[in-house]
Amino acid sequence: MERYYQPEIECAPVEQIKALQDERLVKQVKHVWDNVPYYRKKMEEKGVTPDDIKGTKDMYKLPFLTKDDLRIAYPYGLMGKPLKECVRIQSTSGTTGKRVVAFYTQHDIDLWEDCCARAIVAAGGTDEDVCQVSYGYGLFTGGPGLNGGSHKVGCLTVPTSSGNTERQIMFIQDLKSTILCCTPSYAAYLGETMKEMGLTPDQIPLKAGIFGAEAWSEEMRQDIQNTLGIKAYDIYGLTELSGPGVSFECSEQSGMHINEDHFIAEIIDPNTGEVLPEGTKGELVFTSLTKEAFPLLRYRTRDICVLTRKKCSCGRTFIKMAKPMGRSDDMLIIRGVNVFPSQIEAVLIAAGYPANYQIVVDRVKNSDTLDVQVEMTPEMFADNVGEVKKRQAALEAGLRSMLGISAKVVLVAPKTIARSEGKAVRVIDKRKI
Amino acid sequence: MSLNQISVFVENMPGRLQLLTDALAKNRINMRALSLAETSEFGIVRIIVDDLEAAVSVLKEESFIYTVTKVLGVAIPDEPGGLNRVLNVLSGRSLNVEYMYAFLGGKDAAHAYMIFHVQAPDEAVSALSEEGITCIDDGNLANL
Repeated sequence: MERYYQPEIECAPVEQIKALQDERLVKQVKHVWDNVPYYRKKMEEKGVTPDDIKGTKDMYKLPFLTKDDLRIAYPYGLMGKPLKECVRIQSTSGTTGKRVVAFYTQHDIDLWEDCCARAIVAAGGTDEDVCQVSYGYGLFTGGPGLNGGSHKVGCLTVPTSSGNTERQIMFIQDLKSTILCCTPSYAAYLGETMKEMGLTPDQIPLKAGIFGAEAWSEEMRQDIQNTLGIKAYDIYGLTELSGPGVSFECSEQSGMHINEDHFIAEIIDPNTGEVLPEGTKGELVFTSLTKEAFPLLRYRTRDICVLTRKKCSCGRTFIKMAKPMGRSDDMLIIRGVNVFPSQIEAVLIAAGYPANYQIVVDRVKNSDTLDVQVEMTPEMFADNVGEVKKRQAALEAGLRSMLGISAKVVLVAPKTIARSEGKAVRVIDKRKI
Repeated sequence: MSLNQISVFVENMPGRLQLLTDALAKNRINMRALSLAETSEFGIVRIIVDDLEAAVSVLKEESFIYTVTKVLGVAIPDEPGGLNRVLNVLSGRSLNVEYMYAFLGGKDAAHAYMIFHVQAPDEAVSALSEEGITCIDDGNLANL
């Protein structure tokens, strides 16, 4: 039987949800106008005032926010509450110039955790469950978000954080964890490892998994479900909006319900900014309706996606978003971490290498690999294998510190990196997602 | 007294070494000695050529990554204990041999020729000369 964390809203009639959105949007626009000078200026430039926004039908009048705005306004420029009312920050994995710092009041955290709790309950979680949170804890939103959600549901929460696979498996086995929260690639890796240890799905106590923070395919879902003997649910979110739990999958496993009482989703044409009708592929844009400390209006996610509102067999009435099918910018999500080619370029240039490089991303055994091919230069070269390898390792260390994930540097001969129309092809993504 | 070696970067991939030999062949540059240090991804090809200047200009032209290193070329009496005598002199001066390889062919049947890479090639040359061991340089390569 389908369970809900907050059935009164999750299964509310669509008209009621829309009315709530209208009401909350008007209030939120007023809040932003009064408290966020950065956005107010953008509204003034567009000739829009809060009086022009009577409901969601007027949304198109509001200016967009992009990651660039977040960078310009870093760190305090988009806050809607004074610092003394904020109790936490979370931050995206990207670094230098691209880092996003989001602020939370206690109320914001409370609502965020509600959203995560909805996802856990939709995956079958109850207070009888042991929920192992293997997302990273810390600045990354994955660990703290699901941790809070798990508490709200009343699960016994096992905050293992990411890494240390041996210990993860020990806890799953010894504490009989029934729900696993982590990135899908880590879930696949745990599954493979347990399989190699000779554990069959019926010897693994897990029954459900909530996996997000990176793209994964339907094939990968089947793999994970088969090796771990679980049902695997997708979850979506962005630090900019709160974290995981912006949308979540239900028992239908066919798209993620957006928590529409807290977020309005729109699909736009990434080139013109024009709002596209439901069912059309385009860039996903979110407006947070209830965030106090970091209230973003019309934030462009750069995720390419489709929205559909159909009657769902789970009983929820929230609109559904498909798995994002790509990006409208050059951001890569590798092992759950946001990576921009420009970051890699910055490391190469700072270390004296030519900006002539190619990024090759692949997925080997369900885990992402990142190779950075760099054209050899006379300065990098030496008549000594050890010396060349030392320089290679130094570059790898630089990339790791910039990106937060490891990258392999592959030295190639000059002029071998493929160019098309005189412009180098910077990214080759071989992952089949 | 100095012998110059060219070290060339090659990717560890089919056909990459041949690109180098092709460039040298087309320009009629003869390799007198060669060794290859390899890793799983790349290699360093070390060569002694008959015409250093010509080889360097060809490599530059063809966008190879290379470096020129001073090495030690030693004429070793082709008899038991020949190499041991050379190494004995070097170790006596605490000169570490980082790598070494053999010279190709040679018109002189009484000697084997070997290339050594040591930190202080000039010091090594004078130490070996004091012991009556002959070293070769770019100038007398053609006679060997």
